[in-house]
Amino acid sequence: MSSPVETSTSGRNALPHTRAGVGRPPGAFRIGSGLDGRTFLAIAIAVFAGLLVVWWAATTSGLVKPIFLPSPGTVWSRMLELSADGTLWKDASISVYRMLIGFALASLMAIPIGILIGCFRVWEAAIEPFVDFVRYMPVVAFVPLSILWAGTGDGQKFVIIWIGTFFQQVLMVMDNVKRVPPDFVGLGRTLGLSESKILARIVLPSALPGIWDTLRISLGWAWTWLVLAELVAATSGLGYRITVSQRYFQTQTIIGYILFLGILGLITDQSMKALERVLFRYQSRQ
Amino acid sequence: MSVPKLEIAGLNKWYPGKRGPMHALADIDLKLADNEFVSLVGASGCGKSTLLSIVAGLQGFDKGVLLTDGAPIVGPGLDRGVVFQSYTLLPWLTAQENVEFALKAAGMSAGECRDIARAHIELVKLTRFADAYPSQLSGGMKQRVAIARALSYRPKMLLMDEPFGALDALTRHEMQELLTQIWEEHRLTVLFVTHDVEEAVYLSDRIIAMAIGPGRIHAEFHVGLSRPRNQDMIASSAFIALQKDVLAAIRAGSKDEKL
Ligand SMILES: Nc1ncnc2c1ncn2[C@@H]1O[C@H](COP(=O)(O)OP(=O)(O)OP(=O)(O)O)[C@@H](O)[C@H]1O
Ligand SMILES: [Mg+2]
Repeated sequence: MSSPVETSTSGRNALPHTRAGVGRPPGAFRIGSGLDGRTFLAIAIAVFAGLLVVWWAATTSGLVKPIFLPSPGTVWSRMLELSADGTLWKDASISVYRMLIGFALASLMAIPIGILIGCFRVWEAAIEPFVDFVRYMPVVAFVPLSILWAGTGDGQKFVIIWIGTFFQQVLMVMDNVKRVPPDFVGLGRTLGLSESKILARIVLPSALPGIWDTLRISLGWAWTWLVLAELVAATSGLGYRITVSQRYFQTQTIIGYILFLGILGLITDQSMKALERVLFRYQSRQ
Repeated sequence: MSVPKLEIAGLNKWYPGKRGPMHALADIDLKLADNEFVSLVGASGCGKSTLLSIVAGLQGFDKGVLLTDGAPIVGPGLDRGVVFQSYTLLPWLTAQENVEFALKAAGMSAGECRDIARAHIELVKLTRFADAYPSQLSGGMKQRVAIARALSYRPKMLLMDEPFGALDALTRHEMQELLTQIWEEHRLTVLFVTHDVEEAVYLSDRIIAMAIGPGRIHAEFHVGLSRPRNQDMIASSAFIALQKDVLAAIRAGSKDEKL
């Protein structure tokens, strides 16, 4: 509990010198000092609100031209309009669909391959250097190629998302598996378990929280690559709407969609984190 | 003496190293009688853990003979229980389930698993924490669960590599007492690695001091203290004298002789 810290840093404490770490900087700059959940949330919200105010002030004072940066109010009403006529939801649902399929394809392939090369050195030698090599190729450069291969339909979106996430995921899952303590495997051996049982009953459950984290992080990249693919060649989706709006100088739609994408990302990330707390409850001390 | 529980003869082990093979264990000869408690002591790097994991069957060796009950050891098995320094409790299972995990691997039915696991959790005095996850247990509690797990499937031999090395002095004493108690009741053959000479003397029938470069057996001590042991013996002159001798042997066997 962080209660001793709280009381000692409060202004009413009569004996400030008795607290541990005298002469240390206050909480904000003390490495590893605690913070309760409510204060954390309050600070986070305050920063968002502050930025909103700055945005509002900069646009209403006429400091920035609306064509470059429209006011929050304009963006909001534009988004309400697009939401009411269904455009936003049509764009969003097609994008979510593409992202989920592309991400699922990448993940379903990356997890078994990552486990394989994390467990067996021979497979690591065969696969890891190649994956590492591809990983450094810029995904953006594959966009023209992907259009040649798969046209401009949904298939091409899947390809780009797959290229952008699969290779990273493989290496991260490999790492998750390698982090399983060697003694866990030794325990399985001393209990006379076969290699496949050690894999299923010890290695996999042990690596699972890490793999879940890998999925959560790579989900964010999948969004990025999807929007990129939609910006370049698409006839629907959130990215497509952004390109079209640029043509008509509808800055309010562009900004609105970018913010919307951010919120979508935040929601998926937070839901993954919430699920993690439920799935891997055993990790907490409560 | 009949067939020894464990027999090691002329055992050698090399590790591949950057500058050619490294001789980790040289001509190890060691016999453990049934129900004997033997400790391995020696300077860091003399090969105690290597020897223990070879006996566990987790590592191979290059030359020599390794037998339990007269039969060669070819790999790990349920006849030898291992307690690791790192506890190795599976974090997604409760204390009770961790013990059941081993019993299930040993081929017991679900009902047997439950009952035997409960009895062993009780043996290490953790009934109140049977349903706690490892993240909620202290280091000493975790090691108690690990001991309960290793005992639960009735191995003929218990191999322990610095099991109490990460515990504070007080918990350590508690664990030593618990272990002697269990050992005196259940009569097991134990091979115990430790850095703590007092611990070695307190627990063992026999202490093997190893020397470094290459790892070899350097001296052997019979502990003449009576059983059951209790913490009062630690202050006795016989205890202190033996402790001194063992420490001197460890010093003599360490490379730089100034340990
Ligand atoms: N897997 C390995 N590969 C190569 N060398 C190893 C390996 N394991 C141990 N060694 C080396 O073998 C020697 C003996 O190691 P070991 O871990 O058995 O010593 P130890 O007596 O248990 O030491 P400590 O008291 O520090 O635990 C050391 O020099 C170590 O560096
Ligand atoms: Mg060791």
